[in-house]
Formats: sequence, C-alpha cells, structure tokens
Amino acid sequence: MKARKLVVAFLVIAALMVNIVGCGGGKETENKASEGKGNDKVFVFARSGDASGLDPINVTDGESLYVTQQIFDTLLDYEEDSTEVKPALATEWENSKDGKEWTLKLRKDVKFHDGTPFNAEAVKFNFDRWRDEKNPYHQGDFAYYTAMFSGFPGVIKDVVVVDEYTVKFVLTKPMAPFLANLAMATFGMSSPEAIKKYGEDYFKNPVGTGPFKFVKWEKDQQVVVEKNPEYWGQKAKVDRIVFRTIPDNSARLLELKAGTIDAMIGLNPDDIQTVKDDSNLQLMLRPSMNVGYLAMNMEKKPLDNVKVRQAINYAVNKQAIIDAFYGGLAKPAKNPLPPSLWGYNDNVKGYEYDPAKAKALLAEAGFPNGFKTTLWAMPVARDYMPQPKEIGQAIQQDLAKVGIDAKIVTYDWTTYIQKGEKGEHDLYLFGWTGDNGDPDNFLFYLLDKTNTVKGSAGNVSFYRDDRVSALLTEAQQESDQAKRAKLYEQAQVLVSEHAPWVPLVHSTPPIAAKKSITGWLPHATGTECFVSLDKAE
Amino acid sequence: MTRYIIKRLLGLIPVIIGVSICAFLLIHLIPGDPARAILGERATPESLAAVREQLGLNDPLHIQYLRFMGQLIQGDFGRSVITNSLVIEEFAERFPATMELSIAAMTIAILVGVLAGVISAVKQYSWFDNISMIGALFGVSVPIFWLGLMMQWLFAFKLGLLDASARLSVELRLDNITNFYVLDSILTGNWEALFDSLKHLILPSLALATIPMAIIARMTRSSMLEVLRQDYIRTARAKGLKEKVVIFRHALKNAFLPVLTVMGLQFGTLLGGAVLTETIFSWPGIGRLMYEAIMQRDFPVVQSGILIISLIFVFINLVVDILYSFVDPRIRVN
Amino acid sequence: MSETVLNLNDTQQPRNETRESKGLWADAFNRIVRSKSSLIGLIIVAIFLLVALVAPVIAPYDPINDSDLVKRLEEPSGQHIMGRDSQGRDIFSRLIYGSRISVQIGVISVSFALILGVSLGAAAGYYGRWLDGIIMRAMDILLAFPSVLLAIAITAVLGPELRNAMIAIGVVYTPHFARIVRSTVLSVKAAEYIEAARSIGCSDLRIIMRHVLPNCIAPIIVQTTLSVGTAILDAAALSFLGLGAQPPTPEWGAMLSDGRSYIQKAPHVMIFPGMAIMFVVLGFNLLGDGLRDALDPRLKQ
Repeated sequence: MKARKLVVAFLVIAALMVNIVGCGGGKETENKASEGKGNDKVFVFARSGDASGLDPINVTDGESLYVTQQIFDTLLDYEEDSTEVKPALATEWENSKDGKEWTLKLRKDVKFHDGTPFNAEAVKFNFDRWRDEKNPYHQGDFAYYTAMFSGFPGVIKDVVVVDEYTVKFVLTKPMAPFLANLAMATFGMSSPEAIKKYGEDYFKNPVGTGPFKFVKWEKDQQVVVEKNPEYWGQKAKVDRIVFRTIPDNSARLLELKAGTIDAMIGLNPDDIQTVKDDSNLQLMLRPSMNVGYLAMNMEKKPLDNVKVRQAINYAVNKQAIIDAFYGGLAKPAKNPLPPSLWGYNDNVKGYEYDPAKAKALLAEAGFPNGFKTTLWAMPVARDYMPQPKEIGQAIQQDLAKVGIDAKIVTYDWTTYIQKGEKGEHDLYLFGWTGDNGDPDNFLFYLLDKTNTVKGSAGNVSFYRDDRVSALLTEAQQESDQAKRAKLYEQAQVLVSEHAPWVPLVHSTPPIAAKKSITGWLPHATGTECFVSLDKAE
Repeated sequence: MTRYIIKRLLGLIPVIIGVSICAFLLIHLIPGDPARAILGERATPESLAAVREQLGLNDPLHIQYLRFMGQLIQGDFGRSVITNSLVIEEFAERFPATMELSIAAMTIAILVGVLAGVISAVKQYSWFDNISMIGALFGVSVPIFWLGLMMQWLFAFKLGLLDASARLSVELRLDNITNFYVLDSILTGNWEALFDSLKHLILPSLALATIPMAIIARMTRSSMLEVLRQDYIRTARAKGLKEKVVIFRHALKNAFLPVLTVMGLQFGTLLGGAVLTETIFSWPGIGRLMYEAIMQRDFPVVQSGILIISLIFVFINLVVDILYSFVDPRIRVN
Repeated sequence: MSETVLNLNDTQQPRNETRESKGLWADAFNRIVRSKSSLIGLIIVAIFLLVALVAPVIAPYDPINDSDLVKRLEEPSGQHIMGRDSQGRDIFSRLIYGSRISVQIGVISVSFALILGVSLGAAAGYYGRWLDGIIMRAMDILLAFPSVLLAIAITAVLGPELRNAMIAIGVVYTPHFARIVRSTVLSVKAAEYIEAARSIGCSDLRIIMRHVLPNCIAPIIVQTTLSVGTAILDAAALSFLGLGAQPPTPEWGAMLSDGRSYIQKAPHVMIFPGMAIMFVVLGFNLLGDGLRDALDPRLKQ
C-alpha cells in the first residue's frame, strides 16, 4: 500500500517538474507530409555535433556551415577543386583603378525560398545588417564578418545599389582577398523578408536561395533540408538530406556499417583501417587547408635562440606522430601554408627527423644537457590535431630524447587561447584552418609582426621579422596573383630558416561513405554543397 | 500542516538567493572570456570589444547580477550566447531526457534495492545477505563512468545486444508528445520505437542506478533489521500473522522512513543531471548541457541552469520532508 | 559528488561516550580484525599504501619515459602483463605509480575538507546565533548546488590541474564534515564539564580542542575513511573529463580517459585502471563500515 502511494508521489513530482520546466517551450508536432515516404532519395549524413545555428553569418563551426551551405548561395563561389573564385549569385565583377571599389553584376530571376526576389537591395540589406551595429537586425555576434573585414563596419565603408542588379562596394582601402572572402559559406545571402519576420529566431528559420530548402531542425538529433525544385542552377540529385548528430565516433561508425546512415565525418584515426577493409564503404580525404604546429615563444629564453628552435625542429618525429595519431592520413608539414594553396613553396627543405643533429645544435647553443620548459597542449580535438594530448606526450618524449625536459600544461579551450595570445607559454601546440583559401589568411595572420600585440596575438611565436613583414604587406596590396605568389614563396624560405614553429602536419580529414554515394567532391574549405551528390539505390 | 509547508518554503528563499549569487559569481569568475568562446581562434580586439559590449559584460558585476535577477523575476531566463536559443527552451528540450533516464534508474534502484535489502534483513547472515551486501559495496565503489563504458563494450560492441549511445536509432521516427520516448512510443502505438528506445535506455539507466541501488539496499537492510528487533513485530508474529504480512505490512512500513529520505536525495541528485553518464552514453540531457555550457562559458545557460537544477533539488527535498511529516507527525512539532 | 553523494552517515547520531577511550579503541581494533569484511578492507588499504610506498622497487618499467609509439596498444603479454597504452607505455607500471597519486588525492582533498569542515562546524555549533546561521546557510547552499557541476565549475575557475581538482573535491566535501561536527558540538555544549572548564577560565579554543572535539572523533574518523574512497573516485571522474591530472601523469582516471578512444580496439587500456580504482575504493569503504560498526556502541551486545 505504502509502496503504491510512493509511486504515485513520484509520478506527481515528475508531472510537476515537467510542467515547471516544460512551460517555456511548446513543441509543435511535425506534419506527417514532410516526412517524405516512398521513392524519395534521402541522403543521411552524420557528424559529432549539432549545428549551433542556421543563420550562416552568426556561426563559425563546420557543423552549422555544412547545413547552411545547402540552403544559402554566396555572391561568389569557389571552384570545386581549388580556392579560385567563380561566379555564383554575382555573375561579373570589376575593381576600380585605386582598388577601393568593387562593382558586382547580379544574377537575374533568382528568388529566395519564401518568394522574395533576390536583387541589389537584398545584398545591401544583408551587408548592412552585418556591418552596422545600429542596424535593427544586427542581432548576434557576426564573428566571421568582423574577422574577415576587421570589425564593424570594418573595411566595407558603404554598399551602394546602382540599379536592381548592380551593387557597388566601397572599401576604406584596397583588399586583395576581398573576392575570396565573399565566397565563404558564412556570407550566404538571406531573405530580407524572413529576417524581418523572424527577428531573433531567424537562426532556426533560415531562408536562402540555395539548392535545398530548410524543413526542420530537432535539437541534438537532426536537421532536414529538401530539394529546391526552383533552383536557378543545376538542380539537386537527392530529394532530401538529413544531417544527424551522433556524438560518439565509434557509435557513428557502427551506424554507417549497419547502413542506417550514408556518410560520416569524424573518424577515429584507429578506425580508418576498418573502413578501408569494408567492401561496402569508401574513404574520401578532404584536401588539407590547415596546419597543425608547435609554436615556440621567441620572447622566452632559450627559445629566442634560433639554434635551439632549429634543434627542436630536428628533434620531433613527425612521421611517427602521423602514423600513430592520424592513421597515417596526413602530410608532414614543412611550411605554414598547406600544399593545396597557391603560393605554397615546395622548394623549402624543412627539417628532417635527426636527434643527433638536434643535440649538436643544442650543444652549439650552449645547452649540451638540454633545459627545462613547458609544452602546452590544447584540451579539445581539432581537425588539424585530433588527439592533442597524445601528440603532446609524443613530442614530450621526442624532446626528452635530446635532453629537453618539457612539462605538459593544459587549460580549457578558451583560457588556452587567451593565455596563448598573452604569450604566457613556452612551447604551444596550435593550428589554423583556412577561411578563404588565400595565403594571406595564413601567413599574415599567423606570422606577421603586427599580429604580436599581447592579448590578441595571432602570431603566438611572437616572431617579428622585418623582411617577412615587408613581403607580406606588399603581397596584401598587390592584385596580381602571380606576383603575390612569388612574394609568399620568398617569405616561406625566411620563415623556415628562422624556425618560429615546428610545422607538424597538414591533416586530410577523412570522410567515410557508402560505396553507393557518388558525385561528392570534398572541398578544402571544410564544407561543400551537395548539389551534385547522388545516391545509387 | 499548511503553516509547516509555508515555513519551509520561506526558509528556501535565502538558500535560493544564495545559490543564484554563487552560480552567477562562479561563471563570471571563471577565467575565459565568453566573447572569446564565441569568436574562437579568429578573434580580433575590435570584435572582442564589440561582442563584450553586446553581452553587457562591460558593466560592473553587481549591475549584471541585478539585471539577471530582474529578468528572472519577469520569467526571462535569458538566451544562450552560443546557440542564441532561449535557456528555458534548451532546458525544456533536454529535461525530459534526463527525467526519463532518472525515472528508469530510480525504478531499477528501488525495485532491486528494496527487495535485496528486505531479503537480506530477513535472512541476515545468509549467503544471499552476504552476496547482496558485497554487491552493494562494489556498487558504491565502482567508478560508474568506467562501469558504463565496460557495459557498452560488452553488451553493445561485443554482443551487439543493446545500444551504446543516444535515445533512438537513426532510422526510426517518433512523434513527440511528451518527449519521454518510451511513453511517446506507447501513446502512438509505435512498438518498434518502444523496443528500440528501451534498448537505448537500459545501459545508461543501469549504470546510473548502480549507486542509488546500493545505497537503498544497505539502508533498507539496516533499517529493517532495527525494526525487526522491535517488540510489536514479535507480538505480530506471536499473534500468528503470516510472515509475509509481518514483513511487508508491519516491518517494511516502519522501516521505510529513512529509505524514503535516501530515495528522495538520490532522485534529486540524478535530476541535477548525470554529467558523466550522459556524456558516455551521448544522452541529450541536462548534465551534458550544463557541462558544455560551463566549458563554453555560456553564462546565461550556466547561471539560470544551475538555479533551475538547485530549485528542483531543494523542491524534491521539500516534498520528501512533507511526505515524511505525513507519515510521522512528530516531525511537524519539531 | 560522483553523481550521487554518499550520504551514508548523515543519519548517524552523535555520541558522547569516549570517556574510557583506551578501552574503546582497543576494542574497536579487535572488532575490526575479527569482522571478515573490515579485515579485508584493512588488508586492501594496507596493500595499497605499501605499493605506493615501494612503487619504484616493484614497477618493472618507467611509467612515463618507456614509451614506444610503434608498439602502442599492444595486448597483455608475459613482458607487459597488462599490455601497453596509447603511447606504448607499460600499463602495469603506470598503475603502480598511480597509487602514489591516489594516496595524495585521498590525503590532501580529505584533509582540506576535514580542516575546513571541522573548524566551520565547531565554530557554528559552539558560538551559535548569527555565526551558526551564516555558516550553516552557506553549507546548505553548497549542498543545494549540484555537486558534480560545482566541482567542475571550481576546477574551471582554478584551471584543470590535479591540485585544483583536489581543492574542488575538498570544498564539495566540507559541508558533510561541518554538519557532523556541529551536531555533536551542540549536544555536548551544555554539558557540565564544559561549563566547569569555562568557569575556571579556559579559552574558547582550548575548550573546543580539548573538551568538545574529542567527542566527534569517532564519526569524523568514519567519515574521513569513507571520504578518502569517494575522493579517489571523484578525482578519477574529474580527470576523466580532462579537468584533473594531466598527461603523462599516471593518474588512474586520466588513464581511463586516455583509454576511452580505444575501447573497441584495445579494451585492456581501460579495464585495468578501472579495476584498480574499484578495489581501492572498496577497501576504504569496507574499512569505513567496519570502523563505524566498531566505534558504534549501540551494536555492542
């Protein structure tokens, strides 16, 4: 009897709790029609995390951008196999003589998914929303806008509607990577009407012009998009894409093998062989547009000594790290730039693994018995470094072999970055994933002397070289790509010689998919549109 | 009775305010700038300043706290700075998951724990008593995240019997009414989903049940032993009542008070979110939400979230106390 | 705080009969040795302490520097009875050295809670009034906080290091000690011999130290023993989340955390550290239980 009462009591508590917490979010039941039964081609794609939002300008993570890239078009797009730009919503462009004005001709007869026409006014609406902090629709952090255009309003002084299909950007100064920036997935064009309608909730009601339309988003479970039959370009081949969230890497692979999902990213390096051995699966490698490196803080002794830095370069066995922690799928790095980018200098020799030479250099520098230092390892996995703590330990062992005693230090991710920018570290594992495929995005940000301001330094080696800086600045203002490439090649020679980093790897993040999936070209930027992807039944 | 409840409710106010201050201070004292968490590797000084301004982080702390409390009083729990959704919605989405898991775990814990405790007490020093008490000791000694992983390895990876993560298989669809998947699949008559969601629920709820089960078993046993020594039990037996009646009607009824307290406490703790269990089993519940929010410096989620969880916890304690005073009127006088 | 707080002792009544102290302690020891389960607990704890003491003598390999990436994740064999971990190190040697870290965790975090909790509880109970109100409300607040999240938040404030994890655990455990001490102090405060001590002019500190606290010794010892076990569990949990010990420290929780990615491919990396934690914690729990029974005069029959 008592027991029954108790059960009732618990149920009452339970019901109360649900009421208390549940009152805020009423959940509408989805209508059955959108579930799509029958002969629809559904492509199910799984990754570890859910999208954080679906308003492309207010997200920076691949999980979100993968979805928004299907829903939104950008003014320009990247070529399928490189980071050169090609027309998208803008068909032609022209730069003024002083380099400060860009005039873009827009594609005609394009409509947003909600029927709003796409035109110069819409472009201006989007840019004004991003640029102007006083704009009523400037809700969010617009992180990528400030990062690529340096703040609000940043480099873009004004956006002028010339006629219905012509728009002019007025810049404060010439900016070589301007077009490459416009092609980034984050600068997708949103429907002005939808932004006005949804306000702060636009991030879960995205409306673009892309080949797929948003259907629904169930937090931590899935995002569904469906084919846009009125798309202006080549129409999508699958009818529906489901982006699933499966946090655990092993569990995700189990689902793929069981056939409940069609493709996945985020493979444990140790599972790569399993995928290779499975005759129903294929492994695709994303071209690398990243670099994982060990920065050496040149403001700390004895790392200010170039011989010590070169010694550390000789001491680290990159290939062993790649074999153990990347499943063999990464390129050992010798330059800060990934080889997929134009301007990469393949003639740089780099430093091979040679502990004896490292010891000799250390002795020359006055440290025959090595020295004590700290080695910082980040707490989270990144594309360029899937297991930073393991890699840190391996490097620690390599250093121990030449007499350097390094203690591993870590912090939570935000603190880690912050302390790094303040220059509190000695040796610092870090990396970078390119945004727009322009070498400036790597070299200037990571190695220019102007980027060594304590507290916001992108150059965490605090490497300050006037010659390198001069080359990088010249390249920034040059608009001829061939000439720019030459300048970057020269800079890489100097950087290699001065050794502010140990460039470790360029990872090629693997994608595992069923054999039946075709027409998928992984793009270096980290996400790609699935318009040409197909699934054989 | 009403006076007692009102007195208790009033007594909660300072605790709640204290918790809100602590939660607020904790998340604002943590080194690591929320603006930085949002902007990641590519923050510029200008963008950091702009975002800080937008989030109101440049105001003095006490102003920020008052603003937070002011909004709370109006029922506004704020918006996550990472996902931009309402904190209350994030909670509402995940609470049923945690609730479902906790109820399942508590059901297992109570059924097994009470039964084992009663039998152990009745047959003190028997092999059953020995084994179940050793089992209970192992239960409170084992790292449950390890136990959970080991069960995953055995039942999900090796044997393929149960599922190791998430709440439902990918290919299955379920109409959500209450967001309790087991309940929803029964309500919609979706037997495939029922079977599947149970397969997902078993491992995490077993892992989570381990500690409460052990504690309840031990508590039931010791409290039963005490009651069984009492005179009225001897009287009841002497009257010739059936042993079952003596044990379940007379003894267990009186032995239940301390057990009830333990159950309430344990249930309250489980609802606070089982960070480790939810992490290991990729269970989309409150524990993981809060853990991730702390790690990402998502301060609106942390300060409101901890407050909500603590409210639930003290509320459950209160309910247990009130139930208690129904059963044992002496407490009210005190 | 390991998801569910062990509140085993909260229902305990304070006791005042430590007067014939020598007899009680000798008695207690006898009873512990005679009870099978607490003897097992005592033996486990003794072995654990011994292993920690002589770790360098019995460990076959260096726990940190004998790494070999080529042979990583090797299965248990004659040479490496527990196999190798993700860096190719000998797991058995790491476990042995890890016991030293566990001893540290147990001693430091529980001492922290003990000192803080006993002083707060004694002050609250002895002085009463507003001080009691403030201290015990603060303890209530700590207890109302979800304890795992509290510990996570504290380590986030202080930085993810083993030392800070120990502090966090200490803070989380403090209220339990404070409550036990306070209730005992309250029950003896009005006793005649305290009055007597006060009337002959003893200072408050002296009265608390000499006459009040000895009454709490038994429950404190029990709580301490049990807390050492749970502290090791909780530190392991924090390390598992990456908030405690950092590599290459052979802390057991951190070893579990390392092993997690290889659970399918090399389960041995996870199995052994987990068992080590379980047995040591079991030892402390058995011993704590035994102590409670031994020191509890109610069961003296």
